[in-house]
Amino acid sequence: MEHLLPPLPYEKTALVPHISEETFDYHYSKHHQTYVTNLNNLIKGTEFEDSSLEDIIKKSSGGIYNNSAQVWNHTFFWKSMKPNGGGEPTGALADAIKAKWGSFEDFKKAFQASAVGNFGSGWTWLVKKSDGSVDIVNMGPAGTPLTTADKALITIDVWEHAYYIDYRNARPKFVETFLASLANWDFAEANFKA
Amino acid sequence: MAYVLPPLDYAYDALEPHIDAQTMEIHHTKHHQTYINNINSALEGSEFDSKPVEDLISNIEALPENKRAVVKNNGGGHANHSLFWKVMSPNGGGEPDGALAAALIADIGDFATFKESFTKAALTRFGSGWAWLSVTPEKKLIIESTGNQDSPLMEGNTPILGLDVWEHAYYLRYQNRRPEYIAAFYNVVDWKEVARRYQAAIA
Repeated sequence: MEHLLPPLPYEKTALVPHISEETFDYHYSKHHQTYVTNLNNLIKGTEFEDSSLEDIIKKSSGGIYNNSAQVWNHTFFWKSMKPNGGGEPTGALADAIKAKWGSFEDFKKAFQASAVGNFGSGWTWLVKKSDGSVDIVNMGPAGTPLTTADKALITIDVWEHAYYIDYRNARPKFVETFLASLANWDFAEANFKA
Repeated sequence: MAYVLPPLDYAYDALEPHIDAQTMEIHHTKHHQTYINNINSALEGSEFDSKPVEDLISNIEALPENKRAVVKNNGGGHANHSLFWKVMSPNGGGEPDGALAAALIADIGDFATFKESFTKAALTRFGSGWAWLSVTPEKKLIIESTGNQDSPLMEGNTPILGLDVWEHAYYLRYQNRRPEYIAAFYNVVDWKEVARRYQAAIA
């Protein structure tokens, strides 16, 4: 089964000025595409040739795992953002966040500190635990909650390629901008309910 | 006594076109400086703050548990970048000669084999990290790679050549094309400095 690069949920210019079209030209059209291309090449003639993406992520290791997880993570990251995003979640997710951190402001502080402190290439996730509570989880270069008991709600990519064109070394500013202007809480709420 | 950013031996634009001036300046004044700031603030006032950073990262276990991660990441970052600036030169490139060349042939193979193997180490390091030519405690040369800012010193090996493959090392000029950056690096390797470090490591 050939895996395909999923379409972006918005135009490459939709998140300007927070994320430039140039960043999408590389991050989506090169990095994300390369993971898809590598994955298709690597699974040829293996037991994973006809598996779904999620099955591959759960059962593989090494290069096949890295590329498959990165395909899924990037698709999830694009959906984690939207034009005029930011703001706050409502409903059950808002309640779960308040139960964990006391307030949305305190959640933001915790998420900011985690994403800034996620050393090297990686991903910072808001997840729903099996008991229904929420937590922030830092993962490495191809880490994904799909391999854990947690359910992914929203994520930020903290590989340098996610922000270097627009923010250079200023990861704190990128994370701050994600929370203030990009985060798609509708997407996170839908994941929380599902 | 706090750690200080070591000055470069050449101008920021001296490695053009292989490594661009803007990358060198941000890499040196922002990334390297941040590692130094972080380790200085973590060790300030402790008994460890005057030791050579290489000594600290060679023996992380000797540190209090709450200092280990910060020293591994930021002390590693300081040591690795300090080496990286020194093993590059505007007059670099070419091949090693003398004892280092002989040892390379004995332990790894001819120069083409070395390049192939070092390139592979740099290319296959998934995410952030480094490719290294190191000297083992048995005085053998090996090619290895480490993740993030881990140093070969943490495993008992002595790095004599290092290539930074964090995206910040190449993104402004090469974007996602890490292979082109690695190929360009060979044009600036200062083999005289690598040979000097080899001699020191086997002494």
